[in-house]
Amino acid sequence: MTALTPPAAVPRRPSRRPVTGGAGRQHHGGPVTYLILIVVALASLFPLYFSVVAASTSQSRIAQSPPPLVPGANLLANLRAVWDYNGPGGHTLGLAMVNSVIVAAAVTVSTVLFSTFAGFAFAKLRFTGRNALMVFVVATIAVPPQLSVLPLFRIIAGLHWTDQLQSVILPSLVTAFGVFFMRQYLSSALPTELLEAARMDGANSWRTVWHVVFPVARPAMAVLGMLTFVQAWNDFLWPLIALTPSGNPTLQVALASIGGGYDINESVIMAGAVVTTVPLLIAFAVFGKQIVGGVMQGAVKG
Amino acid sequence: MTASTTASPTRPPGAAPGPDGAEARRRARRGRLYRLDVKGSPYLFILPFFLLFAAFGIFPLLYTGWMSLHSVSTLTPDQSTWTGLGNYTMLGHDPVFWKSLRNTVTIGLLSSVPQLAIALGLAHLLNYRLRGRLFFRVALLAPYATSVAAAALIFQFIFQQNNAGFANWVLHLVGVHPVGWEAGTWSSQLAVATIVMWRWTGYNTLIYLAAMQAVPGELYEAAALDGTNRWQQFRYVTVPALRPTIVFTVVVSAIGSLQLFGEPYLFGGSGQGINGGPDNQYSTLALYVYRLAFNSEHLGRAAAVAWVIFLIAVVVGAVNAVVVRRLRKSA
Repeated sequence: MTALTPPAAVPRRPSRRPVTGGAGRQHHGGPVTYLILIVVALASLFPLYFSVVAASTSQSRIAQSPPPLVPGANLLANLRAVWDYNGPGGHTLGLAMVNSVIVAAAVTVSTVLFSTFAGFAFAKLRFTGRNALMVFVVATIAVPPQLSVLPLFRIIAGLHWTDQLQSVILPSLVTAFGVFFMRQYLSSALPTELLEAARMDGANSWRTVWHVVFPVARPAMAVLGMLTFVQAWNDFLWPLIALTPSGNPTLQVALASIGGGYDINESVIMAGAVVTTVPLLIAFAVFGKQIVGGVMQGAVKG
Repeated sequence: MTASTTASPTRPPGAAPGPDGAEARRRARRGRLYRLDVKGSPYLFILPFFLLFAAFGIFPLLYTGWMSLHSVSTLTPDQSTWTGLGNYTMLGHDPVFWKSLRNTVTIGLLSSVPQLAIALGLAHLLNYRLRGRLFFRVALLAPYATSVAAAALIFQFIFQQNNAGFANWVLHLVGVHPVGWEAGTWSSQLAVATIVMWRWTGYNTLIYLAAMQAVPGELYEAAALDGTNRWQQFRYVTVPALRPTIVFTVVVSAIGSLQLFGEPYLFGGSGQGINGGPDNQYSTLALYVYRLAFNSEHLGRAAAVAWVIFLIAVVVGAVNAVVVRRLRKSA
């Protein structure tokens, strides 16, 4: 197995971090710091802005130099064109959007649930083989998922599951990273006394999980859920194999096929890129703080 | 570890079998259930993970190895004939395989080295007391929310060959001739690496930032007392403290490079994406797996390439384990 040993880390409880500690925390950023950060932030956002600009211009404008830098008037027309791609009324893109929501939601809920169960057991329960099994979990975090696609293809071909959503959902129902993440969190955040108290009250393991573990684990479950959702929403290789663009695609598969179309103009392709990206960007704008905090906690850090 | 959840369920002192037999039996049954719960439920909790992982992680991995020893067509995946190491021998003589391997390394280096260096520097800057801190962080992380597919299409557009492409227009502004990005080896690999960098620099920045905030402030105070400037503090306090995190991100980037597929595939567009360019100049190992399996219909040879990827991942993991052990010792 690929032994990726994450730096032994105790994830912080997601309470607001005090403003002490850390590198230059005591220093204020100077003008050069701001200048660099502004340039980098612009570089980070520019491709997204540029895709909106390109999606709002026309084919003829796009072919001219200099490239367009301010939005044109064709955004709605291009959005409609991409929405009607492969058949009117969102036949492809609308269906793909619904499919992406279903897949990402199913994968997220199950990953969070199963990871919390296993993370709790590894963090707080004692059983034979626990340490060996945990080493196994950690060792498998870095196994490239790419390696599964060929046999999985053979299996779903045999089951006639091409274009069925379960073929993309089932292989992603839980991750080793999720188990590791929840274990790290629960070992420090879940007081053993709380479990003892539940035991004293006669609660069995399942009631304990429901009434004690879940409430404590909620912040970490939210973080893991968010990371999982982004990953599932953006997953590409396996959906591209298991689903077909003209059959029952997710957004990424549909977008890839639109981008590869011969008879479609660039501004319409960019409109497609905008449509598939906007839902997550809205989420980022609204929950920016939580997402940033989540990624920083999700970082398996030393 | 927990005491009560793991202690064997001894009967409460007052619960010795009394005259009331029914009561005693009920107690005994409850005791058995309790014992069953304590002994069994940990396994039930971890069961879903291990079942799913066995089905969708371990089994496919081994099966890929088995497939790589057979000649299988993607069109008739049920019929396979044993070829031993034939697929691997074929790879040895396959120039596209070697090119893809080389490209995977060069694109990996082109994207990871600058990316992680920039992320480290940016994390240092973000760690200062700043106005608009949240804005910078969210802006840096926005590309992470963008899918590979959308990002590759946007950058394909930015790196258009003609003068109208944004990248070429910027070069034109500084007096450089337009570049045929997709056609050249280095230019196309740079473009593909740029997509990767754009998507992951912000993410790695936040990982480094999180690690920096865990560095005890006293270390900096002590360094400041020694009269070090900010750069020296960064060099001699921050970087050493972040070493485990840096190793971690290097490994994650390496594994990520091994899986590089969507970026080159979509950057090349409908015509050349599957080949990684007319001359395979930006074909990667993962892309070659896809091409062999779903374009050339050679499932067995594709499996052999996939297994090579796995072996490289194992080597990366082993090197990582050695480095981490060294770091622990020196710490």
